[in-house]
Amino acid sequence: MIPAPFEYARAETVDQAIDLLSSNEDAKILAGGHSLLPLMRLRLARPSMLVDIGRIRDLSYIRQDDDEIAIGALTRHHDVANSEVLQELCSIVPFAAAQIGDPQVRHVGTIGGSVAHADPASDMPAVLLALGATMTVRGPRGDSRVVPASDFFRGLFEPDLAPNEVLAEIRVPVTKGRGWSFIKFARRAQDWALVGVAALAANGSGPAVALANMGDRPLRASRVEEALAGGADPATAAAWADEGTSPPSDPFGSAEYRRELSKVLVRRAIEEAIGR
Amino acid sequence: MTRVQVTVNGVEREADVEPRTLLVYFLRESLGLTGTNVGCDTSSCGACTVLIGGESVKSCTVLAAQADGREITTIEGMARDGEMHPLQEAFHRNHGLQCGYCTPGMIMAAASYLKENPSPTEEEVRMALEGNLCRCTGYQNIVTSILDAAGQPSGARA
Amino acid sequence: MATAQRYVGGGVLRKEDPELLTGQAHFIDDITAPGMAWMFVVRSPFAHAKIRSVETSSAGAMPGVIAVWSGKDLADEWQGSLPCAWPVTEDIQMPTHWPVAQDEVRHQGEAVAVVVAETRAQAKDAAEAVSVDYDPMPVVTDAEQALKSGAPLVHADLDTNRSYTWTLSAGEVDKVFAEAPVVVKERYYHPRLIPNAIEPRGAMAVPSPAQGEFTLYSATQIPHILKTALTAFTIANLPESKLRVIAPDVGGGFGSKLNVYAEEAVLLAAARRTGRPIKWIEERMENYLSTIQGRDVYQDVELAASDDGKLLGVRAHLVADMGAYLQLVTPGIPLLGAFLYHGVYQPLAYDFACTGVFTNKTPTDAYRGAGRPEATYAIERAMDALARRVGKDPAALRRMNFMAPFTEPTDVISGLKYDSGDYAKQLDRALEISEYEQLRKEQQARRDAGDVRQLGIGLSTYIEMCGLAPSQVLAALRYVAGGWDAATIRCLPTGAVVVVTGTSPHGQGHVTSWAQIVADALGVSMDDVDVLHGDTAVSPLGMDTYGSRSLAVGGVALHFAAKKIVEKARTIAAHELEVSEDDLAYEAGTFSVKGAPDRARTIPQIAFSAWTAHNLPPDTEPGLEATHVYDPGNFTFPAGAHVCVVEVDTETGEVSIEKYVAVDDCGTVINPMIVEGQVHGGITQGIAEALFEEGVYDDDGNLLTSSMTNYLVPSAAELPMYELDRTVTPSSTNPMGVKGIGEAGTIAAPPAVVNAVIDAVSHLGVTHIEKPVTPERVWRAIRQARGDGKGGAA
Repeated sequence: MIPAPFEYARAETVDQAIDLLSSNEDAKILAGGHSLLPLMRLRLARPSMLVDIGRIRDLSYIRQDDDEIAIGALTRHHDVANSEVLQELCSIVPFAAAQIGDPQVRHVGTIGGSVAHADPASDMPAVLLALGATMTVRGPRGDSRVVPASDFFRGLFEPDLAPNEVLAEIRVPVTKGRGWSFIKFARRAQDWALVGVAALAANGSGPAVALANMGDRPLRASRVEEALAGGADPATAAAWADEGTSPPSDPFGSAEYRRELSKVLVRRAIEEAIGR
Repeated sequence: MTRVQVTVNGVEREADVEPRTLLVYFLRESLGLTGTNVGCDTSSCGACTVLIGGESVKSCTVLAAQADGREITTIEGMARDGEMHPLQEAFHRNHGLQCGYCTPGMIMAAASYLKENPSPTEEEVRMALEGNLCRCTGYQNIVTSILDAAGQPSGARA
Repeated sequence: MATAQRYVGGGVLRKEDPELLTGQAHFIDDITAPGMAWMFVVRSPFAHAKIRSVETSSAGAMPGVIAVWSGKDLADEWQGSLPCAWPVTEDIQMPTHWPVAQDEVRHQGEAVAVVVAETRAQAKDAAEAVSVDYDPMPVVTDAEQALKSGAPLVHADLDTNRSYTWTLSAGEVDKVFAEAPVVVKERYYHPRLIPNAIEPRGAMAVPSPAQGEFTLYSATQIPHILKTALTAFTIANLPESKLRVIAPDVGGGFGSKLNVYAEEAVLLAAARRTGRPIKWIEERMENYLSTIQGRDVYQDVELAASDDGKLLGVRAHLVADMGAYLQLVTPGIPLLGAFLYHGVYQPLAYDFACTGVFTNKTPTDAYRGAGRPEATYAIERAMDALARRVGKDPAALRRMNFMAPFTEPTDVISGLKYDSGDYAKQLDRALEISEYEQLRKEQQARRDAGDVRQLGIGLSTYIEMCGLAPSQVLAALRYVAGGWDAATIRCLPTGAVVVVTGTSPHGQGHVTSWAQIVADALGVSMDDVDVLHGDTAVSPLGMDTYGSRSLAVGGVALHFAAKKIVEKARTIAAHELEVSEDDLAYEAGTFSVKGAPDRARTIPQIAFSAWTAHNLPPDTEPGLEATHVYDPGNFTFPAGAHVCVVEVDTETGEVSIEKYVAVDDCGTVINPMIVEGQVHGGITQGIAEALFEEGVYDDDGNLLTSSMTNYLVPSAAELPMYELDRTVTPSSTNPMGVKGIGEAGTIAAPPAVVNAVIDAVSHLGVTHIEKPVTPERVWRAIRQARGDGKGGAA
């Protein structure tokens, strides 16, 4: 299947990419392309121009910065999954990255591309939401702003990104010593989650639970968190898992099933996080 | 048109293509390397798997332009000096193929994986093939072939 | 020349592999011709609509476009409909099916126009610019709904959605059911399945305008049938002698390439009109709508039995979804199972009926197993239901109902003669390998402990029929073609042997197995045997590859052709050695004089003599070559016992297969490695059917599972290793004793898996879960059985 025609430009710097995006209507950023190209092959997306940022070397890195880890947006899932820094300091991120797509996808797809796609069924957005990660977004004239994950995912495929902005960096907290769990319930290993749960045990900060594919964006299970903070046991707290969600019905499962499944998975995730 | 220069199976190749040209069609139609197959439109089946810089990718989901300047290995580059690659030999020995259409992708995916993990378990091999679909073999002999190529025991009883 | 050895029965590695392993194979999309153009098909987004108009001029003006044709533009290319070769009843309703729709479309994806352009991308771009004005019509997507009065008509001119009703009855059915102490009633639905050969379809028509000849390359299972059917029924003014069909390397079929497709006809028309070679390669999402699908059958099944579970009667009434049109063998698919609903048991009464129904969906047709998975599922699921009813272990219930072992043709209630069988032996072996008694103990322990993860054990003691023949029986079933196949063996003067077969392999390894058979029969090395197939100019006689027929028919034809070679060679050898033929012993390719073994002639030596023809016996034709066309006297009946062990997460409904044991009996085995490969693949497709795959349409006839991202073909990551074993009960149908193995796994596995899942949660009160047994369906069934929720049908 062949995409509709488009122009192709390779950006050498982030600023150059932003210039190209600003001066070409319907231009889109191409990072790994593993969210965008499938849509273009189905001709569900028809950008006039692709601005390839894949060669911008200084957007691919993982480094500790005090009590945070900074991840360059162009870091591939494969490199996130195999990062010793992350495995040591924020193990839920590489654990989840290793479950995105399949090995071939992880060799090309980038964390920034996945996050900027803002697919509510994706694994990483829910994990970042649970972690309270922040996104560094760069715009024209050297502007840069920092957006918390809770604000970044605004709706279905709707990130807080203007057409001429580039997601440059993702920062996650060091969670060493804090229990965590990531459960992806999928029919096949290569599928998106039917329901996904990212959980972090209370440790200084309160417990955090986030859900994938339970609404139009990744969602915090706030009632569960409150119940846990109030001393409820995992089973009691998890009964609130679907509170405030609006899961889809599709051939993979009905909304009703997803709601019940979320309760089981949240309970298991909390138990695992506490025990880890 | 975009000029794409790549090293494929050790040979430098170049061609002018439309920007929308997917790597798999560049390989098949511009360079005549038809060993890499197309099986789906959705990055699901893995029949089109090739190596870029030694790592497996689905060449139907990469623009030829994205591969510019990179080193690519296709199924045609696996045999050397008339000798099949150990994975190819193992697939032959263990009946790891039937119609053969998914086979190039399976072998390329396995080659990439064995570089990352030279001594995998059966379970690890199965997970490494999550992005490659086969409709003929039921995977049993594919998994066995890859374990055999890696010198690992197979879990199969028969 | 290498020394002769014995090949049959050995794990000979495949001759096919080297080119497939190194990227040198030639699949359809790898083949080009000078001056080749590309075709792209414009397809209907509606499941049912009148075509008001097709506007082609803007597409025609796009870069590289050679032609754009609507269905009406192409009308004079056809002498008739795309063919249906199996009108199962005299009064069957057979709608017209044009290769490109002319006035009305009746399923999503039906062709409405075609574009021919210089490149693949240009053809696709221009196809987007073809503007079709549709007037949507009411849609019916469910076969049972379609039979109700007032349902939208798929074909208004037929005045009914019923295509046919076919019945078969034996014994005193009503009496047996009325008097039986136990009657079990079950209802099953077999979802739509999408075959998903990993190579999509594709074809290329190459004209030779000066001679009015055409070569059609097609990714097909049936080059011979395709050539005859296209020229006999569909393409106007194309004599069969002017068409050559070549099936190149074909990337899997599973029945989906066993058809005469619109695109093949249109390519020939387009090549005729333009004088240029034209290629079409199917996209995967196109494949999901325009290539035939499988199953989609409702079954009402009843078993009559004695108090202790002795089976007395079987009743199976089907409503089968044909889709919008009848493709090559669409109506006949349920008939391939019609005689097998009693399985390996012998009831006193048997009643089968099937109604074929039109709906606004893609046509159904043969998908691996074709009719037999439905039959096996019905009887094997119902036997478990009967076991629960009479309180017997499912293994014990089956054992008490098995037919006793037999080696000669044996009449069964449905009217067939089973060729040979030893069903208890297969089950005993499967139970032993799976450690059945131990499993039952573990299951009980988990039940007693109330574990979240429960264990289930499912059995399937299946039988199938292969080698669709004899031709006279096919005539009685109103199948248009015969059931024979052909083989030619040509012994070249250099000692090499060329085998020409009428079968058309696409992954089954015929090149290897056929070489094994011939090498053994003629005492030559396998390396010296070349097998040619898949080209109607090379192999003019053949009936192709489907229904696990190739070895049981085409392979046996080879056996007889080899016998003819040996007989002719014997005559020549006796002449050269100056003895009578009776004085010659033949073994492993060598004729030797009895009592004087030094005086001998080998087949290659005689092939050379036959070629020089310097000293042949009187009335002997030069050359050592023989053809045999074999029409079997009966079907063959492979059978076996499969055991599936699953773990069910009772909270999420997730099912994982912990163990799968298959004991199959396909008669004599030519190549055990290939047989095991067929079983692995078959089981996997059966597990996929049981747990993963379902083609879902919405009420408007839109296919919701429209790609490999949401139609769940499982990968290695979802599947276990299988444990295989065999029993060998030679077929009485043919002298080789072979039966066939291509579909056994797909036929056996679904009931084994579903029985296992139900067995895991039966103590909670679950008795039924619809295929595919998804986590959600399992979860619903448990919740409904426990009565702790609103539930609803699972």
